[in-house]
Amino acid sequence: MGVDGQTPVARTAGRRGLLRGGLRLGASALIGAAAPRAANADTASPPADPIWSQSLGPGVVSRVYGVPSHFEKDVIRRNVPFLTATPESSVSFTPLQSQTGIITASGLFFERYHAGRPTVDPSQHRLMVHGMVDQPRLFTMQDLHRFPSVSRIHFIECPANGGMEWRAAQLNSLQFTHGMIGCAEWTGVKVSTVFNEVGIKSTGKWVLVEGADAAHMARSIPLEKLLDDCLLVYGQNGEALRPEQGYPLRLLVPGWQGNVNVKWIRRLQIGDQPWFTREETAKYTELMPDGKARGFTWPIYAKSVITFPCPEMPVHGAGIYEIRGFAWSGLGRIRQVDVSVDGGINWSRAALGDPVLPKALTRFTLPWRWDGKPALLQSRAVDETGFVQPTIAQLRSVRGTNAIYNNNSIQTWQLKADGSVYDVELG
Amino acid sequence: MSSWVRKAILAAACLTIAAGPAADRHPAGYYGYGTTPTQAQIDGWSIAVRPDGQGLPPGHGSVSDGDEIFQGVCAACHGTFGEGTGRYPKLAGEGSLTGDRPEPLVGNYWPYATTLFDYINRAMPFPAPHSMTPDQVYAVTAYVLNLNNIVPGSFVADRHTLPQVKMPNRNGFIWTDPRPDTHNTACMRNCVLPGTVKITSTAEGKGLTPRTTGPLDKALPQ
Repeated sequence: MGVDGQTPVARTAGRRGLLRGGLRLGASALIGAAAPRAANADTASPPADPIWSQSLGPGVVSRVYGVPSHFEKDVIRRNVPFLTATPESSVSFTPLQSQTGIITASGLFFERYHAGRPTVDPSQHRLMVHGMVDQPRLFTMQDLHRFPSVSRIHFIECPANGGMEWRAAQLNSLQFTHGMIGCAEWTGVKVSTVFNEVGIKSTGKWVLVEGADAAHMARSIPLEKLLDDCLLVYGQNGEALRPEQGYPLRLLVPGWQGNVNVKWIRRLQIGDQPWFTREETAKYTELMPDGKARGFTWPIYAKSVITFPCPEMPVHGAGIYEIRGFAWSGLGRIRQVDVSVDGGINWSRAALGDPVLPKALTRFTLPWRWDGKPALLQSRAVDETGFVQPTIAQLRSVRGTNAIYNNNSIQTWQLKADGSVYDVELG
Repeated sequence: MSSWVRKAILAAACLTIAAGPAADRHPAGYYGYGTTPTQAQIDGWSIAVRPDGQGLPPGHGSVSDGDEIFQGVCAACHGTFGEGTGRYPKLAGEGSLTGDRPEPLVGNYWPYATTLFDYINRAMPFPAPHSMTPDQVYAVTAYVLNLNNIVPGSFVADRHTLPQVKMPNRNGFIWTDPRPDTHNTACMRNCVLPGTVKITSTAEGKGLTPRTTGPLDKALPQ
């Protein structure tokens, strides 16, 4: 995101930088020379030559693994402490308000643990493939790296993203209403390649996928989906998968709810019916108003959100802005995104930013001249199946308010005349 | 799902499946990577249990044995009678599945008793998962079922009795995804009457949002 998007962070960080610059100038007794206009504290702006232009920076390998500028220290994963009993079984949120492109930085990708983040030794990690197969196999990480490899860009979203907002607008933050999502380039071996190697018996229909974490996280997935486009992933954004994302090996189930993308995966058992694990019965099922529950609702349906303006990124005065956001669908590519500034009365077609990839975050932008009056900002995604993102009222009329999962409703941001932005819901 | 969408998805799926194996059209074992796991290796990791009882190990456990184990191992988080402590899960009670505050619990929500064994065995107790013997897991499973008034105090759980337990909400689930269940349109002009656009709720002033700048917020209640 450009200047608009980073204004609050950049301004704060800038002040700190100036203070430090001022102190260093004072210590070297160069104030007179470097800041000819002593009354003006803006010693890094023209005509002054800033301190970083008059001194050597650290050399190569002073940081053997790079980290973001310390001016970006507020751009971090954050959690909602009261949501869960312990941080070991909890979630953190991606700071989408600061994400500039479709790839989520690996260090900012949201976390979801069911029993903490295990430290898995890759030399001892094994993937067992067994059950209704011709040849059960035990693979080392070295074996898995030897198979033909592919890279794909896909999002992963927890279906509980927005789960706090079913009843009413609750959290005044893009990070907390939409941050259980990330998008990365994933590299690994196609599950179909591995399944072809072991030979799946014709009676095989379902696969239990299980993690090596302390939850022994387990889900049942139809064989067809695994053969279609799923990957056993060891690479993320050009380096090894991060521990938070399942190092050394995770399952990627493109477009389906995050929970089935089992991390630290160690076992694939082929069977002829689902196992009905706790995570697909007691959890990750959706209570409907009549008390019945929906299960196996895996795909993420089309969704979008405006990332600027948003509560964390307010607007500073009337004038021309670029409304920005992300759209995504677990059923394929995003076909179009429309933006409304009047609460859904009239809409304008936004531009999609390349690349527009299936089951990946897609950028959209719309130039907008703000007249300084209150506005209600919304975005509405349409995917290549023709599905149109619903309003929260439409979702509630079908699913009530107890479903927790799969809230893909249109987000409304209330922009006030002072430029501040609030999470609201419309009737 | 409209019929053309369903057809399109089916067609896409068929094409992909047809194309997938074709790209990997090697006989099984073509690469020769990996080793054949021993039966002991397979047995050691095969902990998944199905509703029909597949995967349940030998062993047994009674409600009374389960009571004793539960009070020592489980009650600190789940409460003496499964009522839960703090934000740790409540396991039993008079919960409803409808209304403003539904309370899905083992007794009123879980469709299969076998899932209880599977989950306790693989993930409990929370700080030391997969540390109980099959007899202990059977016993705790029996106790939790009894807390929920599903089985009598004389119940003994084993690989034969557990799949026979009929959970009250066994038929409370729809396992076929009914979406798309909303039918919004991509209307562009005069889509709603201006007078009807009303803010019905706002997060402003609710005090629920953790800080979004500075260090992590520790001030909100856990």
